[in-house]
Amino acid sequence: MMKYSIFISLSVITFIISVAHAAEVVSSTETFSNTPHIRTLAASCAACHGSNGNALHGNAVLAGMDGDKFTAAMVAFKDGSRPATVMHRHAKGLNVDEINLLAEYFSKQKRVPSQVPQPQTLKSSHEQR
Amino acid sequence: MNNVKRRAFIKNTIKAGFSLGAVSLAPSFLTACAGLNKQNTKTIGRVVVIGGGYAGLTAAKYIRIWSAGSIEVMVIEKSSQFVSCPLSNLVLGGSKSIHDLTFGYDLVQKNHGVTWIKDEVTTIDTTTKKITMKRGEVSYDRLIIAPGIDMMYDTLPNLETAQQEIPHAWKAGWQTVNLRKQLEAMPDGGVFVMNVPRAPYRCPPGPYERASQVASYLKAHKPKSKIIVLDANAEITSKKGLFTKVWVDIYPGMVDYRPNNIIAEVDVKTKTVKTDFETVTASVLNIIPPQRAGKPAQLAGVDNADKRWCEVSFITYESTAVPNIHVIGDAIDSNLPKSAHMATNQARICASAVVELMFNRTPDPAPVFANTCYSFVSDKEAMHVATVYRFDTNKKIMVAAEGGGVSLKPSVQEGDYAQAWAANIWSDVLT
Ligand SMILES: Cc1cc2nc3c(=O)[nH]c(=O)nc-3n(C[C@H](O)[C@H](O)[C@H](O)COP(=O)(O)OP(=O)(O)OC[C@H]3O[C@@H](n4cnc5c(N)ncnc54)[C@H](O)[C@@H]3O)c2cc1C
Repeated sequence: MMKYSIFISLSVITFIISVAHAAEVVSSTETFSNTPHIRTLAASCAACHGSNGNALHGNAVLAGMDGDKFTAAMVAFKDGSRPATVMHRHAKGLNVDEINLLAEYFSKQKRVPSQVPQPQTLKSSHEQR
Repeated sequence: MNNVKRRAFIKNTIKAGFSLGAVSLAPSFLTACAGLNKQNTKTIGRVVVIGGGYAGLTAAKYIRIWSAGSIEVMVIEKSSQFVSCPLSNLVLGGSKSIHDLTFGYDLVQKNHGVTWIKDEVTTIDTTTKKITMKRGEVSYDRLIIAPGIDMMYDTLPNLETAQQEIPHAWKAGWQTVNLRKQLEAMPDGGVFVMNVPRAPYRCPPGPYERASQVASYLKAHKPKSKIIVLDANAEITSKKGLFTKVWVDIYPGMVDYRPNNIIAEVDVKTKTVKTDFETVTASVLNIIPPQRAGKPAQLAGVDNADKRWCEVSFITYESTAVPNIHVIGDAIDSNLPKSAHMATNQARICASAVVELMFNRTPDPAPVFANTCYSFVSDKEAMHVATVYRFDTNKKIMVAAEGGGVSLKPSVQEGDYAQAWAANIWSDVLT
């Protein structure tokens, strides 16, 4: 119940701030984790986890992932309690604030299947010297 | 609400177990998601991007997204198709065709409202902010130059006109196919000779991956053949222990690696190479010349590091030589590896900074990004080097954060991850 009322009051504050922000600069993309720092960091995951976390080829889909689940996984990669092939290298390089904000960021991304660009026949005129 | 307060607020909300679902209804977020593909009629300025490679395409797409369509973006690209260098060594190994790595530019344009100009830049006037192309002219408010690399032939001038006989295949395309055909035509017992230019060059582990891919093909089809790698560097520049072990374990006796060997002379007809120490004759010869920032960077006069690479701020990627011009990708002077993943990272930091600057806001003062680079050592097995890089406010460069490193050994699982890397980065860059 306590948790619930905090939730309500915070979301009201959030709403007011966002409205204020939107009024200030109509095209601003900022919400909490949607800051330049976090949006660029999150987007750097795209090479393996797809645009906005919508991964292809069986990699973990981060878009819409529960924030607690994301944080727990990253913290476990970071402290080594969860074995990994590659992810421990990334988790160790991030601080806990960044992990929390990434969790929030990805939890808010819509799950939309990423588009797969179709391979083409290379034209005979193609030249790259 | 200032930034510090905002940060504290976020922390507290997370600690309070705040369910974040509600935030997504915030109006500013909705604005951000809506209508990116539509050209916003009220634009606040025009950004021109020269080069539609990994760096340029990424910058173009993300400026459109993060400005919610309010910045007009034009890309000038001379090529009519995108051919991926990553995975192109597999064409030499035989597990990929060049047509698997070739794509169109249409989806980025359609999905994000990017204006496309297929043309070649010939002059850039940085005072009037005008770009001239073979067939037209365009002006910019801010310019992003993402030209990739040019080959330097000043030390080996006869190679420039001999690319049919001795392809570099360091820009994926028909040269890659040509080199593969030469390997197919080589008799069993032939000698494949390749070099590694002195660092910095495009894709540090790339040449060693190439040697491994050629070895994979030769082992299966021409097992009496040999590979000689003439490295201008004192040692293998990336994943050293792993490549050394691969050549001993998977391709025993096939790869002859010779460090500190700078090519001084090439005889095109006989495919003979002279270094300071020795003379080697090849059946198939692959010379990767030293490299510099691509032509557009030279035209704008932003190649101010040794007249070779472009010095930039690692917060905005703005040139230190000319204001309002940003440079990203392989063309910049940095301690970072020249990789496609890096190029996309720099592109997004640059895109974000350009949006902030054009809205009169402050760009992120301390960017962070992650880099993962896979190398295939056979048709199925790969290995990684992965590191997070963080802006160092004292040194003013990106430095490796703790925890980075390489695979313990190559594996089929990582081979699958490497294919996944390609699928995801292609989707992010091209759609
Ligand atoms: C064999 C090989 C394997 C590689 N493997 C990997 C890998 O596994 N992982 C990885 O991360 N990286 C890899 N790389 C490195 C990667 O390819 C480069 O780092 C990446 O392409 C750099 O992107 P860029 O946008 O800076 O340049 P490019 O991708 O080269 O794009 C530059 C673009 O600018 C255009 N251009 C140039 N001049 C003009 C002009 N005057 N007018 C108009 N347009 C112009 C060009 O046509 C080109 O499309 C590999 C490279 C090679 C060669």
